[in-house]
Amino acid sequence: MDFLVFQYPMITIQACLDGLLLGILFALIAYGMALQWGVMNIINIAQGDLVILGGYIAYFMYLYGIHPAWGVIVSPIIMYFVGIAIYKLVINKVVDRDLFISILATFGISILFMQLMNFAFGADVVLANSGYGTTMLFDNNVVLPNSKIFSAFISIVFAICLVVYMKRSKLGRAIRATAQNARAAKILGVDTEKVYAATFGINAALCGVAGALISITFTIHPYMGLPYTIRSFMIVIVAGLGNLPGVAMSGMGLGVFEEFADYILGTEFRIGSVFLLLVLILVYRRFKLSRKREYLK
Amino acid sequence: MKIKNILITFVSAIALLFSTSVVSFAKVVGDKIILGAAISLTGKYSSNGVHTQNGYNMAVDRINSMGGVKVGGKTYKFDIIYYDDESNPKRAAQLAERLISQDKVEFMLGPYSSGLTKAIAPVTEKYGVPMVEANGASRSLFTKGYKYLFAVLAPANLYLDVAIRTAVELNGGKGVRIAQAFEQDAFSQDVRLGILDAAKETGSEIIIDDKLPKELNDMAATLVKVKQMKPDVLVVSGHTKGALTAIRQISEMKVDVPMLAMTHCDAAKLSKQHGKNSQYALCASQWHKTLTYKDDFFKDGMTYAADFEKEFGYDPPYQSAESSAALLVFKDAFERANTFDQKKVRDALAATNMQTFYGNIKFAPGGQNVDKPMVLFQVMCDDAGKCENKVVAPLKWASAELIHPIPKWSKR
Repeated sequence: MDFLVFQYPMITIQACLDGLLLGILFALIAYGMALQWGVMNIINIAQGDLVILGGYIAYFMYLYGIHPAWGVIVSPIIMYFVGIAIYKLVINKVVDRDLFISILATFGISILFMQLMNFAFGADVVLANSGYGTTMLFDNNVVLPNSKIFSAFISIVFAICLVVYMKRSKLGRAIRATAQNARAAKILGVDTEKVYAATFGINAALCGVAGALISITFTIHPYMGLPYTIRSFMIVIVAGLGNLPGVAMSGMGLGVFEEFADYILGTEFRIGSVFLLLVLILVYRRFKLSRKREYLK
Repeated sequence: MKIKNILITFVSAIALLFSTSVVSFAKVVGDKIILGAAISLTGKYSSNGVHTQNGYNMAVDRINSMGGVKVGGKTYKFDIIYYDDESNPKRAAQLAERLISQDKVEFMLGPYSSGLTKAIAPVTEKYGVPMVEANGASRSLFTKGYKYLFAVLAPANLYLDVAIRTAVELNGGKGVRIAQAFEQDAFSQDVRLGILDAAKETGSEIIIDDKLPKELNDMAATLVKVKQMKPDVLVVSGHTKGALTAIRQISEMKVDVPMLAMTHCDAAKLSKQHGKNSQYALCASQWHKTLTYKDDFFKDGMTYAADFEKEFGYDPPYQSAESSAALLVFKDAFERANTFDQKKVRDALAATNMQTFYGNIKFAPGGQNVDKPMVLFQVMCDDAGKCENKVVAPLKWASAELIHPIPKWSKR
């Protein structure tokens, strides 16, 4: 236990800001998960691996002398098609089966992706340098790497674009209709097969953006996907499906929670505390649900 | 149906015959000494696994082309059976069993990493198979009383010991304030124990002692604490992830600390991935090409590095050099034992006292090499941004003077 964070107010501010910037990035990944969960009733265990794959795209651009920030444009385009391909090969066979089958299928995809990335890109830890410098606040006591600010900004831009797209475009309306009631949408002429493919593609594209941002702010490695899956899973359960402001809030909340857990409990418990929180929330939800059921009797 | 059954019997008979012919691969066939090795060719250790394999292969070719191994008046050549352990300890232990009981290998080379060596050592010990390993540095390997395990490298607790002693020396012999962050794995925790020992002996104080998770890619919290507490030395060990993350965030957050000491800098290709931001970092290394140790096969470090680059196309990391040294040790032990009896070879290995291009080798009763100190190099960059690793400690091998304290970020 370490309460340094409360002794120095500057550390508290630092932890909050770090957490918020990180949380916005998590929220973007979680939004993709919420979308496909809501529309297709699929929990994608391979979410984190799609993120890492997106990160490698930005990394390779960086390796060939292109600024990795362009990755936030290129990576989602490539990842969209990767998403469509995964849908056509695997997901369309499990989309209307129960949740357990889809979890197994995406778990398989996750393992496959890890091994393929390891095989193709090697097991080295890599990163892309943006060279963005640092913002200093409060007499140099609070430091914010500009790459983190850039990540948060881009995440917000993509989230807003997506919301507008879902509200205004024809495909967006079709996706929302399918989420509400797939059978009714089908009867009314929505090609649900296409909607599913597009949804999976959009999710992969969001992962691509997030991955590119992660390669700029942190490091990437073929086996680093799972923590991102867990985080987005958690954000979605806390927020509920189809609740975008909720996803954003719970994303930022999780980011701040992680930072504080890091300062107070120690870095070794950072990801552990996320897992613990997940268990607590699941138990709490279960408890709430069971009470509700009794009520109905 | 009958025909099918006959066919199946026939095929399995052939398969059986084939498998028994594989089994007859024994330790010494004709003029070949066959060594076994399980190496991580896939999985998370695959890059270092390949460095290890390249080191082994390089030494096998060199020893074979320079006359091989002379035992009992006859000349033998080395050959290695490799299996891929997929970076998985369970698999490594299975493969060791397979090498020994199926392939009848009687001498083993080590895998990559402390964790995998730990998995294999009980197996080789059980069968009394001498194993010379070059990539397992964890202290716990050498405290279990293994009789058939020999490591050519210095144990993990000595990795950054030199850094603390140097800092104390530069501080006029007074203790220093240390901040440390270590990953939660066997190796890094051993490095940590080494620092604790050194701190105790020098009267230094540890003011930050963070443990980093396996999935580590963010250590901002540790660095914020470092900024506030202003220690004299910051020590980080978390394999390549730790080294890369530390440099990225130290430079982004402009953390000023007089001395920064790390492990795994060359495996992380620090100066290549981070350029000038990695400047002044001190790195622990088992070996550096500028060291002036000599032997008859590779001459010295510089020649080894040049030959290695010609063959594999990259500068050898220390993981390759130490792996090559393992074969030199085996050759020397076989010739001194003058037999292939496992017990006698084991005794000859225990009595090893030699110099190789990689360093002096002499084993303690626990199996670790006690005759080769760790070296520290510092990343130094010129104005054009080209960075090089230069040995700065111990003084005997130094090719450049240590830059201390590290200039502040505002002055760089």
